[in-house]
Amino acid sequence: MDETQKTAETLPVEQPLPGADEIMLNMGPQHPSTHGVLRVKLKLDGERIEGSECVIGYLHRGVEKIAEHRSYQQFAPYVDRMDYVAAVSNGLGYCEAVEKLLGAEAPPRAKVVRTILTELQRIASHLLWLGTHALDIGALTPVFYCLREREEILKIFEKYCGARLTTHAFRIGGLQYETYDGFERDVKRFCDDFATKVDEYEQLLTGNRIWVGRTKGIGILTGEQAIALGVTGPPLRASGVKWDLRKAQPYAAYDQYQFDIPTGQNGDTYDRYLVRMEEMRQSRRICLQAIENIPTGPIMAKVGKVLKPPPGEVYHAIEAPKGEIGYYVISDGTVQPYRVRVRPPSFINLQAFDTMARGHLVADVVAIIGTLDIVLGEVDR
Amino acid sequence: MKRFKAKFGDGIREAWQDRKQSILVVETAKLRAVCEFARDAEKFNMLSDLTAVDWPKREKRFDVVLQLYSFSKNERLRIKAAAGDGEAVPSVLSVWPAAGWLERECYDMFGIRFEGHAGLKRILLPDEWQGHPLRKDYDILQQDEAWVRENMGIESGQ
Repeated sequence: MDETQKTAETLPVEQPLPGADEIMLNMGPQHPSTHGVLRVKLKLDGERIEGSECVIGYLHRGVEKIAEHRSYQQFAPYVDRMDYVAAVSNGLGYCEAVEKLLGAEAPPRAKVVRTILTELQRIASHLLWLGTHALDIGALTPVFYCLREREEILKIFEKYCGARLTTHAFRIGGLQYETYDGFERDVKRFCDDFATKVDEYEQLLTGNRIWVGRTKGIGILTGEQAIALGVTGPPLRASGVKWDLRKAQPYAAYDQYQFDIPTGQNGDTYDRYLVRMEEMRQSRRICLQAIENIPTGPIMAKVGKVLKPPPGEVYHAIEAPKGEIGYYVISDGTVQPYRVRVRPPSFINLQAFDTMARGHLVADVVAIIGTLDIVLGEVDR
Repeated sequence: MKRFKAKFGDGIREAWQDRKQSILVVETAKLRAVCEFARDAEKFNMLSDLTAVDWPKREKRFDVVLQLYSFSKNERLRIKAAAGDGEAVPSVLSVWPAAGWLERECYDMFGIRFEGHAGLKRILLPDEWQGHPLRKDYDILQQDEAWVRENMGIESGQ
């Protein structure tokens, strides 16, 4: 049997058809709207979705297993490759978790620089989400605008640490690199340019009848459902739960800055869109406040070259662009972690897909996958 | 913690704080009851994470670890329950629907069975895969070579 035949044979759903009117439809794993390799099995009554099942794992690389065979520092670059469009946030969570385990704390200057870079990363991640989400639904223009602005952020990352995507920007204990000359100027320039940009995107979409028609009332998740399903990040806030780890359990330097937590009421795709748009404005606000006053001083705490955290365990979570990313790290006193568990926001948010999709039409699947803002590298790890 | 002890007595095996985090070790059979109590009476309404840790030298080698969060208290709580190889752990799916995929992942990676979870099957690895990779005795280079040969058409390691 050759390869093509075999794939065709294994792909269709094995169960017999449940009723005459119901059909099973397979979507993905190679489908442009699934943002990676996600396969969704849909149970349909006509065009209406009666149930669904996500098949994941195509990008599984065993990140947690790798962690047990690397030293604490060696594992840090691997976390960038989970949510590869928000690598800086992943790195921040991991570094802070290990710092907590060591009982160390990054110096104030490092904390502020971390905050700036993480907020820039949040804007970059939301921009990529907005561009692709709009593209999925049929609006072609926003993606060009979004990638244009995202490029400026990636340039700042590149100037800072040499990498654009998988940055490995932070180290356990602080930062490896001092900021370059003109770092503040670059961030300031970006923030000034960005001031009117979110309004520009909103002009394209917010009142657009097609956009409203495709997103309003689609994929509704109530606050109770969201909490019960463990959904975090913008989807939770769009359901009316005012909760953000940056405020609830502040880390890095977030307790020093003023910002608001946007929420929605309806928990639909449109509200999630509005929440993320407002989050970009708030991130810009944080960046502007932070560059005003970056403290001077060391950028690295004294943690030593060989890290041997005292035995024990720690769970540390931060607010990544996609939701709560948590690291549960266990030390047995050696140079390698005994266990590293990543609590992936995309994975847990994707679980809500079935609840959100039921009762909607096939065309809405694309909107619902887009609005969850998943990255398959993180879902599968 | 005291309230948990008062309610469950010996059902709470150990309770301590590590780096300001509260940890409870509960008797495996009482896991679901403790979780219901945590959710309803103590307002830990979100299950952030569910995972396991393998300690092969222990008599009961696995620890199932639940990370709970309370919105009203803004607190976290960690609940652990020990399980031997092949021993079933009560599923908390009825307490938090979030446990659905997390328990499946736990089964996939460690081979821990969750009693009361109807759709318990592998989630990240292929259904036919042999072995559970996050067990400590599963080598980092180990693969299901037969599966790889049959489905990928290559010798593993290529």
